[in-house]
Amino acid sequence: MSTTETVAGAAGEASQKGMPQLNFATWPNQVFWLLVALVIIYIVLTKIAMPRIASVLAERKGRISGDLAAAEELKSKAKAAEKAYNLALEQARVEAGKIILATKAEIQKDLNAAMADADAQISAKAAESEKRIAEIRAGAVQAVSEVARETAGALVVALGGTADDAAIEAAVAARLKG
Amino acid sequence: MADEAGGLVIDPMHQFQIHPLFGEGPLTWYTPTNQTLWLGIAVVVISLLMLIGSAPRKVIPGRTQSITELLYTFIHDMVEEVTGHEGAKFFPYLMVLFTFIVTSNLLGLIPGSFAPTSHIAVTAVLALMVFLTVTLVGFYKKGIGFLGMFWVSSAPLVLRPILALIELISYFVRPLSHSIRLGGNIMAGHAVMKVFAGFAGVMGIASIVPIAAIAAIYGLELLVAVVQAYVFTILTCVYLRDAVGEAHH
Repeated sequence: MSTTETVAGAAGEASQKGMPQLNFATWPNQVFWLLVALVIIYIVLTKIAMPRIASVLAERKGRISGDLAAAEELKSKAKAAEKAYNLALEQARVEAGKIILATKAEIQKDLNAAMADADAQISAKAAESEKRIAEIRAGAVQAVSEVARETAGALVVALGGTADDAAIEAAVAARLKG
Repeated sequence: MADEAGGLVIDPMHQFQIHPLFGEGPLTWYTPTNQTLWLGIAVVVISLLMLIGSAPRKVIPGRTQSITELLYTFIHDMVEEVTGHEGAKFFPYLMVLFTFIVTSNLLGLIPGSFAPTSHIAVTAVLALMVFLTVTLVGFYKKGIGFLGMFWVSSAPLVLRPILALIELISYFVRPLSHSIRLGGNIMAGHAVMKVFAGFAGVMGIASIVPIAAIAAIYGLELLVAVVQAYVFTILTCVYLRDAVGEAHH
């Protein structure tokens, strides 16, 4: 006890010698002002600075996560749009194919109808021509046999015979057949 | 002590003298001293940095805002990581500790200034505050179970009483090592620079050597100033974990 007292007593005067850190006479002063400083720092930090920083950090965190969510949403929207576009494209293709097929069928039908029409016309014309030819032919045969009968009758008369119409007819017909 | 060595007068401890700021009068408990001045400067610097830095509240921070936010998240992550979620309510306390120590250490490196953290009185108060907080919170949270941290249940039964004694001693040595580590580091760095400066004063042209040494040590001291503040704070977190977190033995 006595030694500590002498140390403490001597500290005031002998402070120029030993370590100033161990000059316990200055300790109450140091502790007092340190506590004052710490209390001020504590008040400034906890009452003003730290709540502000915390709110800014929270806001930034919220903003970032919000932005990320928005980006995610936009991405999914873009994907949906792409899907819809592809679907529409596919549908349009199918539609176009259908239209092409329908048009082809229609054209074919028209073509077939026109062909049939033309065929009918052609065959009608051909039949008519054939009839005319047959008529002309028949007309010619009749004219020939008539000329032959008349000629044969005249020949018979000229040769001094009597013209037997029936006999001439038969003879001409026989000749014409041969 | 380091009085006379062949005409060379080096008194590396003189820089740590505490004297009244005004006049010569006796040093009472409230007398403003040179230490008070530098404590005040530290308070002003911290307040300005934290207030100016937190004022803009921009989503994209500027320079000062970045510094304060870096400080904030650095300490916040440290507290969360070391003491766990339970210890998060001690975050403001650790923020005060770290900002005060790092600012005092760095301000003390200004030539002609005074580092309050080079005084054992200051670091002892800081360490005792941590010690008392840990002890009181530990008993408040865990009751008598707080003493369980001295009873190493993973050790063989025979060894446990011995380990308990060692743990108990180490627990009470904590504030001592906690405070002397910080104060001693800062004091030693400043004293070494003063010694080299004393050499530089008498060596003539060759004083380029001690001046270069001072420059090198100054760089080291910048590192020490930040690292010791970090060490003090993270040790506080580790001690707090004993009080609030799961037992780690």
